[in-house]
Amino acid sequence: MNETRAANTMRVTFSARSENEAFARITVAAFITHLDPTLDELNDLKTVVSEAVTNAIIHGYDNDPARFVTIEASIEDETLHLIVSDEGNGIEDLELARSPLYTSKPELERSGMGFTIMENFMDRFEVTSEPGRGTRIEMSKRIESKKALFN
Amino acid sequence: MSLQVELEHQRNVLIVRLRGELDHHTADIVRLRMEEAILKSTVQHVVLSLKDLIFMDSSGLGVILGRYKQLKAKGGVMAVCDVNKSVYRLLELSGLFKILAVHDNERAALTSLEVVS
Repeated sequence: MNETRAANTMRVTFSARSENEAFARITVAAFITHLDPTLDELNDLKTVVSEAVTNAIIHGYDNDPARFVTIEASIEDETLHLIVSDEGNGIEDLELARSPLYTSKPELERSGMGFTIMENFMDRFEVTSEPGRGTRIEMSKRIESKKALFN
Repeated sequence: MSLQVELEHQRNVLIVRLRGELDHHTADIVRLRMEEAILKSTVQHVVLSLKDLIFMDSSGLGVILGRYKQLKAKGGVMAVCDVNKSVYRLLELSGLFKILAVHDNERAALTSLEVVS
């Protein structure tokens, strides 16, 4: 069991429709099941996926259901790497977008907490974006499995 | 899994019970149902009862903040109760506890609002 193995990966692309936010978080949660995450870890990850996908739909694509959001996930040892990307509007000012409570769409009752939540819930968080080309969010988190807690 | 909104009026308090998952997709229905109810002259305060809310993200924070503002404009207050651990963390992280009182259950929340009104 100790031989080096290629990372376990998955990739899913889906329509930028709000009903797919639940699909996205359940998919990622299912992918990491075999790491035996705690309920808290699972909830954190679901929240983070929900934030990233919601951003892509609302801000990347202005709710255009003809566009697509992609999630790539890979598990390396006990670390989950996640990439959520869109090919939409992109973000003009990343620093502004990342500040807590800032929202570019106040008329939509957005809380402006999406990036803050992702940064807080994950071990690593990085955004790259190019106006007119899209946004890519890369994150990772080490899953402390329940087994580890019992040992 | 989607979201159900149950509304109950107790004197001048509107109790809002949310069951399911509150995200961007389900936020609209919560906003619409609550907005309409708060517009009624009989509603002064709101208790958000979250015992069966199994998931919430920042879209939920946005809706709560929006209804808080609506309620504040008519002089009311908002309280939350039965908040699970992950929702609690989100409310804490976003600073919403500065404007929302948190209680263990509906009865405690209602009692606190009777003192206010």
